[in-house]
Formats: sequence, structure tokens, C-alpha cells
Amino acid sequence: MTDLAIRTEGLVKVFGTNRAVDGIDLRVPAGTVYGVLGPNGAGKTTVVRMLATLLRPDGGRASVFGKDVVEDADAVRGRVSLTGQYASVDEDLTGTENLVLLARLLGHTRPDARERSGQLLGAFGLAEAADKQVKHYSGGMRRRIDIAASILNTPDLLFLDEPTTGLDPRSRNQVWDIVRAVVAQGTTVLLTTQYLDEADQLASRIAVIDHGKVIAEGTKGELKASVGSGSVHVRLRDPGQRPEAERVLRDALKTTVQLDADPVALTATVDGHGTDLGAAEQAARALAELSRSGITVDDFALGQPSLDEVFLALTDRKGTTA
Amino acid sequence: MTSVTTGKDTQTTDEALDFAAPKADELAALLVGHSRPPRPSALSASLTFGWRAMLKIKHVPEQLFDVTAFPIMMVLMFTYLFGGALAGSVSEYIQFLLPGILVLSVVMITMYTGMSVNTDIEKGVFDRFRTLPIWRPAPMVGYLLGDVVRYLIASAVMLTVGMIIGFRPEGGPAGVLLGVALLLVFSFSFSWIWTMFGLLLRSEKSVTGVSMMVIFPLTFLSSVFVLPVTMPGWLQAFVNNNPVTHLADGVRELMAGGRPGADIAWTLGWSALFVLVFGWFTMRLYNRK
Repeated sequence: MTDLAIRTEGLVKVFGTNRAVDGIDLRVPAGTVYGVLGPNGAGKTTVVRMLATLLRPDGGRASVFGKDVVEDADAVRGRVSLTGQYASVDEDLTGTENLVLLARLLGHTRPDARERSGQLLGAFGLAEAADKQVKHYSGGMRRRIDIAASILNTPDLLFLDEPTTGLDPRSRNQVWDIVRAVVAQGTTVLLTTQYLDEADQLASRIAVIDHGKVIAEGTKGELKASVGSGSVHVRLRDPGQRPEAERVLRDALKTTVQLDADPVALTATVDGHGTDLGAAEQAARALAELSRSGITVDDFALGQPSLDEVFLALTDRKGTTA
Repeated sequence: MTSVTTGKDTQTTDEALDFAAPKADELAALLVGHSRPPRPSALSASLTFGWRAMLKIKHVPEQLFDVTAFPIMMVLMFTYLFGGALAGSVSEYIQFLLPGILVLSVVMITMYTGMSVNTDIEKGVFDRFRTLPIWRPAPMVGYLLGDVVRYLIASAVMLTVGMIIGFRPEGGPAGVLLGVALLLVFSFSFSWIWTMFGLLLRSEKSVTGVSMMVIFPLTFLSSVFVLPVTMPGWLQAFVNNNPVTHLADGVRELMAGGRPGADIAWTLGWSALFVLVFGWFTMRLYNRK
């Protein structure tokens, strides 16, 4: 079990009458980015706070690299770092002072602490802001100094709690680049996010959480497949052929076909029901059928369902059964 | 977050700095082959947090207002307000009052500790400290060490003002230093009550409110202003057992050149009790938060 970075069994946290976390089981393999996806108030942050030893679970168990987060909290703290939703550095201090302070607390000597802080500020593009108080930093810069503070000692497990919430696209891409660089060096990352493309971009496995429960878990591919394999986008040369193309696609794929706003475009879902064929094979057959019927196809694409579609499908399903 | 008053200039420099993108290759080089140093000792971690408090004073010097202007105001106000009425003359009363007013002011400003703890929790920096593998009480001890420096400043300011308006301690420099030392030990220990409230209460406002409720009776119902023999019996019962009375009597005697063994013993006893009880509650809350 040593190759599991995180393991939780029936994790529960109750705030008053609200079961914020309601029996969560997670297994996070070491060396990966694990995404925890869910809307606001789903319980993502509460899970992270319990795993980072900031909150005591009310039920169940959780361990990080085999160490229990309650009984062996100190051992856990030695191997993890947390970057929260709010910049967890001291706003009154400068970038350098913040990093030196934390480096000293991690046991670095004064010269070492200064050297490492300087290097990190440089690598994070904060060298020029090093001697400014953090309260004068922009949102993106704050997030970067915060992550820099989390990797003063390369952690074995890094918690990133909604690291890009409220950031502009450029800052968001910068944070993503940093995360990729950190993971490439072997650090396990637990990433919580409410942005599906963020989980899609960074995570290899994803747990979808809603109302304190895991409603789906798996690789990105598995999650998408659980909703439907994908959809076929077709562009015709002649808009007059569209009714005919619609009929052919419906017969070939046995699903609904949607006429797009563009008069030459159609979209059909490929759901894989009632056939052993993969989505690509089905799509290829549909394309062959179209050309056999004398329909000219200018463009043809098979797209995977986006995580947006996955998430909406999963929460909808739960909503109707609840 | 950029406030209106910072104007356009600040905004443009921030944007320019923001444009400096992180460098992934440099970052990768920093992450590999990096060994973790051994954990810092309890003392080293506490002193580092104390250093943080010093940095905060450097960046926000306004916070020294309460250890400079406030004590000066207290000395002048009470000396000239009560001096004539209570002791016949200002120069006589100040020999009795100054040590007391020193105790009163320093004990009063200990309550800012609770507010700084509370602010840190709200800002999120506290979460970072709590996930560090360090001696658990270090952040709290750090606050208090930083505050001891503030108390020292307040004491120096008040003694200087006192000397100017006629305070002549018979105990000489040694007596004065011993008195201040006793006061600092007590204040450090007493402050654990504020770290507890800082962790317990939800907002800075409620911390202020509760602090006032505790601090006013404790400081004013003591021997700081007048001798307890002038008070009704039921009040004497409280005043004579108030730790601030023992502290004020001890400091006053030390500065006057006496050897108030009993008062010192009582003060140190109370100090130990405060650390044990409120230190325990503080750490329990800190770990449970």
C-alpha cells in the first residue's frame, strides 16, 4: 500500500447539522495529479483540510503515505504542503521575508533560507517584486508566491485547493505550468477545482464530489465513457443534402441527430449502446454510409464529451434519483 | 484589492511585474536533488515567529502607537488628574502611581495579542503555520515574544516620561530593571489568556469586547491607584487577591528599593498558573481548530 499517497475510508465531517463530508473513500496513487471536482460547497475544501491535518475527521479514517492524519499528524505534516483558496502568506511582509520566514521554520540556516527564497522568487517570475509587501501583489502573483511557499522543501504531496479560482486566463496558465513542473519531479498533487477544463488539463484521475459524497471516480477517459463515448460533427458541402444526411446518420448510429445553426452542419451523439463497436468505428461506418448515399462531406470530427457534459450528466442523474 | 487611493501608478507597476512569467526549467532544477534540513528546535522556531512580529512592526509602525502614545497619555492623565486630590501633590503621588500605571498600561496592552491571533486566522496565514512540522506552541510563543518587545518599549517610554515629571525611584536602576522584569514575566504569562480568546472567538470585534470585560475589572480593581485599605471590605477581598495587586505591589516595592518576597512569589505563582491553564487551553484549541 506504500504506492498510495492518500487513502481515505468513510471520511466524515459534520458542521452542526450539515454533513459537509459524508463518507468519502479515496485512493490516490503516488506521483499523479488527482483531481477532486465539484461545485461550491461540495465538501472539497473540507476533505483537503482533514488530509492536511487542519481539521479532525468526525468519522472514518484517512492516511497520507500510510500515516494516519490524526494519530500520526506530525509525520504527515513533514511530507505535505497546502496552498489554500486564500493566499496563506503574510500580507504585511515582503515576498522575500515570507519565504525566508517559512524556510527558517523548515529548518534551513539563515544563508540557505535566503538563497533558496531568492532562487524560488526568480523561478516564479517574482524577482522584481521580492521586496514589495505581498498586499501589493496582483491575484496571480499572490497565487505564485503561495505555491512557492509550498515547495520551499519539495513536498511529497501538495494540496492545491482551487489554485486558479479568480485568476485571469494568463495567470491560470502560469499556475498550470507550475503544477506540471512540480509533478514532473515526482510530487503527488491533490487538486480541487470547480473548473472542468482544469481537471481535464492536469489530472490523471478524477473524483467528482457533490453534497459531501463521491458521485463518480475514475480516469478522465472512464468518466467520459460513463456518460457517452462522444459526438460526431459533420459539415456538408451542399445544405440541400442535410435532411438526407440526417436520416443516414440516424440509421447508422441509432441516436438522435441535431441540426446545428450552421445550415451545413450536423451533430450526432455516439453512445455505444447495443453494439460492441468503439465510438471511432461507429463514426467511421457512419461516414462510409454518408459517402455511399452520395453525400459530400467537407469536414468530419469525432469529439470526446467535455467534462462539462460529464459533470452535468452525473449531477442530473443524482438529482433525479434523490 | 488595489484600493482607489493607490492610483494608477501602483496599478501599472503591478501589471508590469505580473508580466514576468514563471520559468518552468529553473523551477524544475530547484525541485530536484534538494534535501530536507533537520527540523528547527522549539526555541529556534519560536524565535523565528518572534522575528516575524518584529518585521510586522517594521512594516506597520503605526501599531507602536499603543505602546508609545497611549502610555504617555496614561501617565500624564492620571498623575495630574488624581495627583492633587489623592496625595496632596503631584510629586508625591507619582512615586506611588508610576509603577502602578506602568503595570496597568502594560497589562492592558497585552490584549492586542488576541487580536493579532484572530487576524492571522482570518487571513489564512495561520493554516500554513499549522501544517508545518514544527513545535506546536511555537507560533503562539512567537506572538508573545514579539509582544514582550512591545511591553519593553512601553515600559521605557513611561519610565522616561515619569522621570521627566518627577519620578525618583529609590531602588535605583537595579530596582527599576527588576520591577520591569517582573512585569514582563507576568505579562508574557498572562497573555496566554488572549491567545486562547483569539482562537476561541470568531471575530476581532468579539475579541475586543471580551478583552475589555476581563481587563477593566482586573486592572482597575487593584492597588494600582489607591491602597486597598481605603476600600469597603467586600471590595478589599477581591482587590487583595487580584494578581494585578500582587504585581503592582511587587513592582512598586522593587522600584522603591524594597524586597517584596511575598508579592514576587504570588506574582510568579499566578504567572505559572496562567501558562499552565490558558497555555493548555490555547494549544488544545490550536490543535482542534
